[in-house]
Amino acid sequence: MSIPAFAALLERLVFTPGRNAKIALLKRWFAEQPDPDRGIGLAALTEELVFTTAKPALLRELAAARVDPVLLALSRDYVGDSAETIALVWPPRAGANAPPPTLSEVAEGLERTPKAELPALIAGWLDALDAGGRFALIKLVTGGLRVGASGRLARIALAEWSGRPVEEIEEVWHGVAPPYLPLFRWLEGKGERPDPRGTPVFRPLMLAHPLGDSDLAVLQPEDWRAEWKWDGIRVQLCAGPGGRRIWSRGGEDVSAAFPEIVEAMDFHAVLDGELLVIRDGGEVAPFADLQQRLNRKTVGPKLMRDYPAGVRLYDLLFEGEEDLRALPFDTRRARLEAWIARVRPARMDLSPQIAFASVAQLSAIRAGARAASIEGLMLKRADSPYVAGRVKGLWWKWKREPLSVDAVLMYAQRGSGKRSSYYSDYTFGLWRPDGRGGEELVPVGKAYSGYTDQELLWLGRWIRNHTVARFGPVREVEKALVLEVAFDAAQRSMRHKSGVALRFPRILRIRRDKPASEADRLDTLMALVGNREAKAAAD
Amino acid sequence: MPHPETWLRVTPAGLWCEPGDFFVDPTRPVARAVITHGHSDHARPDHGAVLATPETLAIMRARLGDGRAGRRQQPLRPGEVVVQNGVRIWLRPAGHVLGSAQVCLEWRGSRAVVSGDYKRTPDPTCAPFEVERGCDVFVTEATFGLPVFRHPRPEEEIAKLLASVALFPERTHVVGCYALGKCQRLIALLRRAGWEAPIWLHGALLPLCRTYEALGVRLGDLRPATAARKEALRGAIVLAPPSVVAERWARRLTDPVACLASGWMRVRQRAKARGVELPLVLSDHADWDELNATIDETGAPEVWVTHGRDDALVHAMGRRGIRGRALHLVGLGEEDEGEAETGAAEGAA
Ligand SMILES: [Zn+2]
Repeated sequence: MSIPAFAALLERLVFTPGRNAKIALLKRWFAEQPDPDRGIGLAALTEELVFTTAKPALLRELAAARVDPVLLALSRDYVGDSAETIALVWPPRAGANAPPPTLSEVAEGLERTPKAELPALIAGWLDALDAGGRFALIKLVTGGLRVGASGRLARIALAEWSGRPVEEIEEVWHGVAPPYLPLFRWLEGKGERPDPRGTPVFRPLMLAHPLGDSDLAVLQPEDWRAEWKWDGIRVQLCAGPGGRRIWSRGGEDVSAAFPEIVEAMDFHAVLDGELLVIRDGGEVAPFADLQQRLNRKTVGPKLMRDYPAGVRLYDLLFEGEEDLRALPFDTRRARLEAWIARVRPARMDLSPQIAFASVAQLSAIRAGARAASIEGLMLKRADSPYVAGRVKGLWWKWKREPLSVDAVLMYAQRGSGKRSSYYSDYTFGLWRPDGRGGEELVPVGKAYSGYTDQELLWLGRWIRNHTVARFGPVREVEKALVLEVAFDAAQRSMRHKSGVALRFPRILRIRRDKPASEADRLDTLMALVGNREAKAAAD
Repeated sequence: MPHPETWLRVTPAGLWCEPGDFFVDPTRPVARAVITHGHSDHARPDHGAVLATPETLAIMRARLGDGRAGRRQQPLRPGEVVVQNGVRIWLRPAGHVLGSAQVCLEWRGSRAVVSGDYKRTPDPTCAPFEVERGCDVFVTEATFGLPVFRHPRPEEEIAKLLASVALFPERTHVVGCYALGKCQRLIALLRRAGWEAPIWLHGALLPLCRTYEALGVRLGDLRPATAARKEALRGAIVLAPPSVVAERWARRLTDPVACLASGWMRVRQRAKARGVELPLVLSDHADWDELNATIDETGAPEVWVTHGRDDALVHAMGRRGIRGRALHLVGLGEEDEGEAETGAAEGAA
């Protein structure tokens, strides 16, 4: 009976505004549901478990096969939401008397069923459920649950239900996986506490504050250590006899996307570092290359060859079982250097320190850094312990000034989600010789942000009035509007038609005063490309 | 044999039987009216002669006052027949609220049934709907005339409410419901589910509960909520008009759970727009399946739709070879659940 029970829980969570009421509902779920369904339900609510096996289109096709098209369209118009419409109009089938599926049956069915048999499987489940159950099932199988029950709230509910302190649960949380059987056994007093030492555990990362002018003025160079702030994703590597994990900054397990790193983690330690695409010779590739590796469930050999991942190490948190976090930064750094020299881990290197004698010198180093792989500088106090979160005065980040070009708007596209009614994605280009004695525009990037609400509306009107062609959600516009586009770095890239990739481009302002012919040329941008080695490699 | 459209006409005042010179559920004062049931959009004040079931007449007197519930009241029990200028008139229960009835009319062998509002799900507070077979025209409502509306069993919704009361024993559950019909049905269903504790009522709901009890419907221990101390209402069930459940009146109670009992609660957006924490899908109108099944059971070759979602229903009948006609009667669907529709539509817009 667990899908109906899950549907009831879901409905109450969605309509209940109160936090205490939500906790009470979760407590009842833990108390009443059998294993493994209570754990699967918990994981689905907190989005630790998200199914994307079935596409919404599959559900629409199933409904179209069962319901008169006119009635379906009228219903869809009235309800407004496709998933809910299908859940409500799904007609009962004479003779269908299968019991409703359990959560574990659904999870297993989605995993094991070949794609061709999926429609029949889902239709069978829909036949066995009532409207509420169908809605929950549709949301579950299409990965669109979004109840807004945070993992933290769920763990508080677990604590209240079991009478254990929430900190104890937090500590073991990353050592257990859905359906959390050892966790529930422990919380019900039927088993040992799951051992966080045995399995890799995420420790919250230490973060830096942006450096302000007043902070800079009082900075004593001898008390501080400087490093580059590398432009990748911050990770924690955690390896030991109990397993290996790569955690993202938010504690998400991203190990599956980087198997070559996991393979190289043949040690017993916890490290802090930056995940980057690093090509032969130690050159760091643009962030866009790293993006090719993110959010993938499986990674093939070609992807690993084209976008080889590596980790640039910042800090050593644990060496073996020894917790180094309370030690001063200088001590940890020395331990890290010695550790690397001894262990020589593959695919990893040390983030070098930058010597400086004065703030003025440091400022000049920052201003001179043009490599796209560098976001700016990190300043760490020599005696800082490694503490979770953003503690002021211990670590600073000092980002580089952005660069900018005047580019011409070429295409506009509707945004997604709440911006879907606006043209909010802008492709812009720069001039280059067309090989026939004239000039042509070549697209160099896409900006999604930077504009004000008023500018967004103004751009929308301008785009509608200057459209020359439409391709689905994309409009091509007259090449007549100049945008000043800021970006953090530019780097050569063979994947882009223009041969250059921009990091985090955003619209600084609309240059209505400037004719399109006076926008910047591609050459100007190329001059800003800082990484000479990468340029040589790309050539 | 004359077609009903030659003797039963749509006029600005409502459906008019020409040879009998009377209206069914007229929207403005007329000389002679036949009233299907006591909801205010069907039973309006200041008619001359009013023909209805004894229960509907009692409800009209309670709501409108003796002076305005028709100058001359003529009770007609289901099964009895009166003849007015050659038009035979009889009533059959509609299962909507206490006293609700379908108006059956026959003139020169031509027969039409005006069903008013109705439902087919059993209701402990009123007589069940009876099918009048063999009519030439069946006149139906279509409040929930879309296939998205399939009401769950009332017992399930009551169980949902009681489970919530058990889960939140410190909180007060305030259930929004219409004063006539829904309120008494909720009470009766709660009693059947074993809830014997006092049920507390907003002042606007008390008088009709007394009328029901006077007409023989037992509702158990009912108490006025307005006079009660806040502490006495912890863990209690309070019934109130839908308009106040999410308002200040309810917020003075202990951590209230805003509930609303209505067929519209089937659609999440509607429930959200009303600020409801616990939607209860409980309706006194036929759902999509009941509308279609009823139409088929009457065997009528032609069906007129008075109000509601006529487009979907007329389309579905057409596919079964039944002639459908939308009357677009103005002024119906304004009380009971029709009211929720307009409120929610504004909220959702
Ligand atoms: Zn009514």
